[in-house]
Amino acid sequence: MAVKNKKLNLKDKYQYLTRDMAWEPSYQKKEDIFPDEQFEGIKITDWSQWEDPFRLTMDAYWKYQAEKEKKLYAIFDAFAQNNGHQNISDARYVNALKLFLTGVSPLEHAAYQGYAKVGRQFSGAGARVACQMQAIDELRHSQTQQHAMSHYNKHFNGLHDAAYMHDRVWFLSVPKSFFDDARSAGPFEFLTAISFSFEYVLTNLLFVPFMSGAAYNGDMATVTFGFSAQSDEARHMTLGLEVIKFILEQHEDNVPIVQRWIDKWFWRGFRLLSLVSMMMDYMLPNKVMSWAEAWEVYYEQNGGALFKDLERYGIRPPKYQDVANDAKHHLSHQLWTTFYQYSQATNFHTWIPEKEEMDWMSEKYPETFDKYYRPRYEYLAKEAAAGRRFYNNTLPQLCQVCQVPTLFTEMGAPTKLSHRQLVHEGERYHFCSEACCDLFKDEPEKYVQAWLPVHQIYQGNCEGADVETVVQKYYHINIGEDNFEYVGSPDHKHWLSIKGQKPADQSKDAA
Amino acid sequence: MSQLVFIAFQDNDNARYMVEAIQEDNPEAEVQHQPAMIRIQAEKRLVINRETMEEKLGRDWDVQEMLIDVISIGGNVDEDDDHFILEWK
Repeated sequence: MAVKNKKLNLKDKYQYLTRDMAWEPSYQKKEDIFPDEQFEGIKITDWSQWEDPFRLTMDAYWKYQAEKEKKLYAIFDAFAQNNGHQNISDARYVNALKLFLTGVSPLEHAAYQGYAKVGRQFSGAGARVACQMQAIDELRHSQTQQHAMSHYNKHFNGLHDAAYMHDRVWFLSVPKSFFDDARSAGPFEFLTAISFSFEYVLTNLLFVPFMSGAAYNGDMATVTFGFSAQSDEARHMTLGLEVIKFILEQHEDNVPIVQRWIDKWFWRGFRLLSLVSMMMDYMLPNKVMSWAEAWEVYYEQNGGALFKDLERYGIRPPKYQDVANDAKHHLSHQLWTTFYQYSQATNFHTWIPEKEEMDWMSEKYPETFDKYYRPRYEYLAKEAAAGRRFYNNTLPQLCQVCQVPTLFTEMGAPTKLSHRQLVHEGERYHFCSEACCDLFKDEPEKYVQAWLPVHQIYQGNCEGADVETVVQKYYHINIGEDNFEYVGSPDHKHWLSIKGQKPADQSKDAA
Repeated sequence: MSQLVFIAFQDNDNARYMVEAIQEDNPEAEVQHQPAMIRIQAEKRLVINRETMEEKLGRDWDVQEMLIDVISIGGNVDEDDDHFILEWK
């Protein structure tokens, strides 16, 4: 067998890449070269203990990534050439893509910038290589998502200016501020936030059941970019777990610091994913799995196994997980009823769920849907039928930390609004929850700087003080095309004409 | 408490061989079919062996080829030239 093994094995190849290409500096001090490695208080005694279990080297990386790209772009071509957008379950589904392109894809780009930056800040070569590969992966995700959506942009409204909207639109400050919080932290906190808490613990909820749902709704392009991205995520997740174990094994003083970061970033990620809960339950016309079921599998079951494994390091499950577990019965309904009221200011449409969909929700949410949420939809449907489709013209109170409107309810008290406030240096701040309030208390000097969209409108920083001007001029949302109710919208009429149900009143698909 | 490891693959030709190999080497594993994907979970440990895969495929197989079709995993990873193991110890 010795003859066959002329090639280096995986372990040796990885060793050469990550150890022998690094060197000890001789004429500059290490702390001057890596100035950000110390200030968070994380103690690393031996960087050589860093191990990437995939042991991926650059040659193998390029080979497999090239193969993934070839497969992916062949499918994009086929999708576009065959007018794949005509074969989706229903055009309401496209609204999930509008949210995805404005809310998620820019985060891929932010992740690319984040990993490119922290990859420069570690003195260990193994960590630098891993961050470099992940930076390239994230850039790929951002690009492939924009390419996939560009086909939809030719046929549906609201997809025309995603990056611009991401920096301005009120609900998009939720994902944007999440990543800005992570990227403005130190390098070890960034890895704990993104590689571990977000990638390992939470992104499955977005990229696995939602993408499977995309397939179930006939969207070949999205499921393919989703799973192609997720094949990289499998590596990122492994890295996330290794990062945590590496930091914890290096020094016992690291344990309380990492625990605080896990508590913080679990909660920040959970709040961010509330948007996904509504995408799954309300924006997939053909339904695969409810948010509550996905949460049970991907957080309670898989996260439970993970935190049991981390017990040996003195790490306990995230502080606020009981609140998150309880919220699974309410989250998507509370989000959707809020977005329903504010459709005048979004780049996507909302609607009242159809009867079969409400029955599905009664079945999936037996304790809560009929009791708390169905009556609201029945009332809103009656109002709409009477020509009074409800739009809320009062701008919402935003949480100073997660930036979600204070729309959530207390654990175990689903009709009691959850709200906290405190005064810091003479200013009063508002929060959606005990958890967000605690995060503020830990880092007030960070969160007092939050760019809160509602405050900014009232301060006159968004081109005007009335909703119409802000939406049109500052957000670049085309009034009457991108926003408002789905039923009767240009997208809806266009879809009916594709399906031959009513004559077209615009000729986008004339060919 | 039960402690499950899992792996999810795109539902395509490559993955079908992978699932066969996994079932052979991990008879207690549970295979779940969902739209466009196959998810396999097992208590504590799941192994993919190069040798079994090569038998199924009738050709040489590099363990890292699984990177192309995998969607997600849960568990500590241990990979070398002969196997890919997911494990909670």
